[in-house]
Amino acid sequence: MDFGPEDMPVAAGSASNDGTTPGAQALGSAPVGFKGRIRAVGVAADDHGLTAAEIERRLIELGFVEGARVEVLHQGLFGRDPIAVRVNEATIALRRREGAAILVEPDGG
Amino acid sequence: MSELALPARVALVGNPNSGKTALFNALTGSRQKVANYPGVTVERKEGAVVTPAGLTVRLIDLPGTYSLRARSLDEIVTRDIVLGRLAGEDVPGLLVCVADATNLRLALRLVLELKRVGRPMIFALNMFDIARHRGFEIDLDRLSAELGVPVVASVAVRRGGTRDLLARIDEVISERGLPPGLVATEGTWSEPNAAELRATQRQADRILDAAVKMPGRPDSFTRRVDRVVLHPVLGLVILLVILFLMFQAVFTWAQAPMDLIKSGFAGLGAWAGVVLPEGWLLSFVRDGVISGLGSVLVFLPQILTLFFFILLLEDFGYMARAAFLMDRIMGGAGLHGRAFIPLLSSFACAIPGIMATRVIASRRGRLATILVAPLMTCSARIPVYTLIIAAFVPARTVLGWFSLQGLVMFGLYAVGIASALGMSWALNRLLWRSDPSDPFMLELPDYKRPVLKNVALGLLQRGQIFLHRAGTTIFSMMVVIWVLCSVPPAPMGATEPAIDYSLAARIGQAMEPVLRPVGFNWQIDVALVPGMAAREVAVAALGTVYAIEGAADNPAELGRTLTAHWSLATALALLAWYVFAPQCASTLAVVRRETNSWKWTAFLFSYMLGLAYLAAFVTYHAAVAFGAG
Repeated sequence: MDFGPEDMPVAAGSASNDGTTPGAQALGSAPVGFKGRIRAVGVAADDHGLTAAEIERRLIELGFVEGARVEVLHQGLFGRDPIAVRVNEATIALRRREGAAILVEPDGG
Repeated sequence: MSELALPARVALVGNPNSGKTALFNALTGSRQKVANYPGVTVERKEGAVVTPAGLTVRLIDLPGTYSLRARSLDEIVTRDIVLGRLAGEDVPGLLVCVADATNLRLALRLVLELKRVGRPMIFALNMFDIARHRGFEIDLDRLSAELGVPVVASVAVRRGGTRDLLARIDEVISERGLPPGLVATEGTWSEPNAAELRATQRQADRILDAAVKMPGRPDSFTRRVDRVVLHPVLGLVILLVILFLMFQAVFTWAQAPMDLIKSGFAGLGAWAGVVLPEGWLLSFVRDGVISGLGSVLVFLPQILTLFFFILLLEDFGYMARAAFLMDRIMGGAGLHGRAFIPLLSSFACAIPGIMATRVIASRRGRLATILVAPLMTCSARIPVYTLIIAAFVPARTVLGWFSLQGLVMFGLYAVGIASALGMSWALNRLLWRSDPSDPFMLELPDYKRPVLKNVALGLLQRGQIFLHRAGTTIFSMMVVIWVLCSVPPAPMGATEPAIDYSLAARIGQAMEPVLRPVGFNWQIDVALVPGMAAREVAVAALGTVYAIEGAADNPAELGRTLTAHWSLATALALLAWYVFAPQCASTLAVVRRETNSWKWTAFLFSYMLGLAYLAAFVTYHAAVAFGAG
């Protein structure tokens, strides 16, 4: 299959302002277009009737581990939820609520 | 070597979307058997394959998983078979872990976890052609050395693409002399905690860096399609258009084969009338067996058409996107994004819809979906709707170009969807009083060209499952209902139709005082009893009660009779009743099986019955108040 040339912008980290220290933020509140790396995954509390440890394990199994490259690709219409995130070579859909447990830092800076 | 006379058992394990089932199809062709695992309702796919060395291998396709740490019913089966824990199942002598060669990171973690179980294993890199085309450089020998298991490349969709894998299976079997059934062993496997998962992933990342050189850019085709298809507004519009086209196809494409099945069974019934003498045997064969089977089989074309689209979109990779787009909308009602496909299937028939809920991991999420799926307007309601609408709703246009009849039909569908969402909301907020929304986490696979063979095999399996069910559960329900409608037989010299003397009539007449407040006469009540077999059988039953020859085949004539006997209020009340009524014994049987609970089946039956009564009552009295009585 030939899908033609890539037409994505090449520049990364254009969103962060020069001179400011890139601060870490939750993936759950990152806007579409955000690119960065995962600094930490830590679920604070039990939710959905699942233990925090269980939610954390599910996130890790889908590739959300420290150091992984992430890019927020899409979001839903209502409440900008859920989000589709590129995690290394895979695309994972999740809700912003679960994304809140993933601490990310933007590229560049 | 005597144990080698028995076929070795090989299990395919892998992440979802790894092309595992495509590989299974390529290896076994149509020589596969689909059934259920004993005691659970997870589909069990097994097939035989003969290796180049002439060995017959029994291949089993396990549900996709990211880890042996199982969460859903599907994943529990995978774990238990791999560990050899599932009673009644042979322990696999060899595992083949299948991975999408373009998406190895999570698969490598699974391989490392599977290695701890201590069974012989082969790692198959599937879709190797796509990986090479996209510029992946994968060093198979290095990968094999790092992992400590043999690694082969495979291309499920190309002839000869499984040659290396089969050769390697031969090698492993001849080296190790696999006994067909190994003892259950869990090796050093234990359920990993978060720290262990992280450590294993780090190891997997290191191996990936060492053995695989990735292309600089991701799959641009998937990105470009997603930019349109997952657009917050445009994406929803596209989804609606796809659904609209799907329903158009379900109702137009399926029409000809449905007519064929109908006339086929009518012919069969007529033939039975010729070869069998008049009497109870003829009645049983013609009115019980033949028309009973016919009334269920007639839905096969619609079910197959709907599943054709679902399988095609699934193979392409769109269905996960549909779940993404619908998650928030369904989440508002307490349903999981993954409930979308089961509810969609329920438009054809609730039975395949309910069976498709197995992918939902949380028990409550799955139960909520099962309990509301029968509210979606299944195609068995259509004959009833069209009969009453054609007879009572005037064929005129409103607001310029909308057909009033079409609007009523659309309204009935809308009420079905709205009540399903409302019911799910009520279950979660009022009954369970907890936040039920299971975390929605789903991989959106790269788009792939659908493979017709996979779609065809999937369709064949859907058909087999439905036919099997029609031949067992549904058929026995039909027989029970035939007995109710024919026993006792009409006395000599009877002037009324035979059904008027049957147990069904007695039940109908007993129900009459209860159903009079909603505007039903006893003839309707009688027709509701055989309607338990399948909703549209009520149409034929009404015909019988009103004693019109061939009314079931000629709705126009039956419609005229009904307008003479019923008020508009009664007709509308019956429509409202049919939106909700638990009028399908086979659905109840499937709910019982899938929930494994009489309590929830009884709950489903009573809440639907309650809603039906309430809706018919309100409709009837509102209509009477407006002068339609």
